[in-house]
Amino acid sequence: MSNGNMNLTLKVWRQQDSKTAGKFVTYKAEHISPDMSFLEMLDVVNESIMLKGEEPIYFDHDCREGICGMCSLYINGRPHGPKRAITTCQLHMRSFKDGQTITIEPWRAAAFPVIKDLAVDRSAFDRIQQAGGYISINTGGVPDANEIPIPKVIADEAFNSATCIGCGACVAACKNASAMLFVSAKVSQLGMLPQGQTERYSRVQSMVAQMDEEGFGNCTNTGACEAECPKEITLTNIARMNNDFFSAKFFREAHANDIAE
Amino acid sequence: MSEFKQTFNSSLGKKLIMALTGLFLCTFLIVHLSGNLSLFNHDHGYAFNAYANFMTHFPPIRVVSYLLYLSIIVHSVYALILTINNRKARPVSYASGNDSPQSWSAKNMGILGSILLVFIVIHMKDFWFKYHQEDFSENAEYVIPYKEYKKDLVSGELLSARDLPPGKYNYAVFTEGNVETMIAKDLYQTVEIAFKQWWYVLFYVVALGALSFHLLHGFQSSFRTLGWVHRRYNGIIYQIGVWLFAIIIPLGFAAMPVVYYLTR
Repeated sequence: MSNGNMNLTLKVWRQQDSKTAGKFVTYKAEHISPDMSFLEMLDVVNESIMLKGEEPIYFDHDCREGICGMCSLYINGRPHGPKRAITTCQLHMRSFKDGQTITIEPWRAAAFPVIKDLAVDRSAFDRIQQAGGYISINTGGVPDANEIPIPKVIADEAFNSATCIGCGACVAACKNASAMLFVSAKVSQLGMLPQGQTERYSRVQSMVAQMDEEGFGNCTNTGACEAECPKEITLTNIARMNNDFFSAKFFREAHANDIAE
Repeated sequence: MSEFKQTFNSSLGKKLIMALTGLFLCTFLIVHLSGNLSLFNHDHGYAFNAYANFMTHFPPIRVVSYLLYLSIIVHSVYALILTINNRKARPVSYASGNDSPQSWSAKNMGILGSILLVFIVIHMKDFWFKYHQEDFSENAEYVIPYKEYKKDLVSGELLSARDLPPGKYNYAVFTEGNVETMIAKDLYQTVEIAFKQWWYVLFYVVALGALSFHLLHGFQSSFRTLGWVHRRYNGIIYQIGVWLFAIIIPLGFAAMPVVYYLTR
């Protein structure tokens, strides 16, 4: 099955479920091809584990094309491994040295409880989205394309924010386990567009309230999130969200932006 | 929960308090440094002692000073609350540490801030507290003596500076002909004595190094927290944070103990 020439030592976090305490278990990854992705390497290791009749390492993955946001893994002190602007599935074994020891941990955050081994529950992000990360529209006929003029720079900037895949690397990288980069990207992608104006100020308040409720930390503008984001979401989003939030709280009439309670 | 409470209990609200108190403390640094530059005048502390009296007796400045003490307390308390929250947000830490590219000063704001708090307490005990002592009894522990200056108003020349014998005095300025006499508490002497000790000078230099890194991150970060997003001004804010608050101000303050120590 595997015919490469790399031999690695893996220190993998194994945890039965969120209730039980976990620990590191060491595995040998042998004959690994440098052209494999990190997840393919784990598949190979899992095969050998299963052949021994043991339970394979659980980890999240789906599209393996870097766009779904499902894969995670905190590899040697960095979310999604040592390379910039990629997800773990796009990380290749050539980024490591033969004989290297690789430590693999799940995202660590109170708001992301471990489901099993390396898989964490990221439904806190879903609940933040459900709190206001949408635009309410009446259904009806398909609107004409380009009916609403949007300046190119605004469209581009909104699109940049919209590229967030919600993987949670920002939370994992943040020294405070803060979700500000994720939330601000979701607030920005809608708040910048004309269609998002109606709910702009209620949205930011509801989403921030939900973010706090989920138990994420507080932002210190440290910038690790921006550096680790596989989609290169910028810190500017955070400042933009703060702007909308304080604008809603201090400079706008309450009835115009009341949170639906 | 009232709207107001809700706002300030949110994570963003707490950060807003950090940003506003932090920026207020930054503005104080400018005032403090510009006043203290009079330490470099070779006038036996004439300008410095006059400035110290002005800062402690001019009513508007007294009001601002209470706001300043409050800011220091609020900034520290909120820093503690936020740090505890942040610890709670990650109950299990990473075994492999954190190698993400990030600003060193941002990562160490808590440690840098703690050094500064210790510094502020010691600094205020040694100067502010001593200066505010009004105990003139014989066995009073901290008594700052008074000094009498005579200055020629025509030439601006300092005619004499005389230490007054221990006793009860009040700050006074009066003019006889062309000669102005000022009687003021000689805080300058306290400064001279303090900066003669090498370990005290070293402590100041270390604390001001901490101030530099604290403000290198803190100044620009506070604007991000306030929600200031403007391509045109972000660069300017960054430059002010680096040059004025992380380089010029800490260097200016650090120069005082160092120069006094070397030229004693």
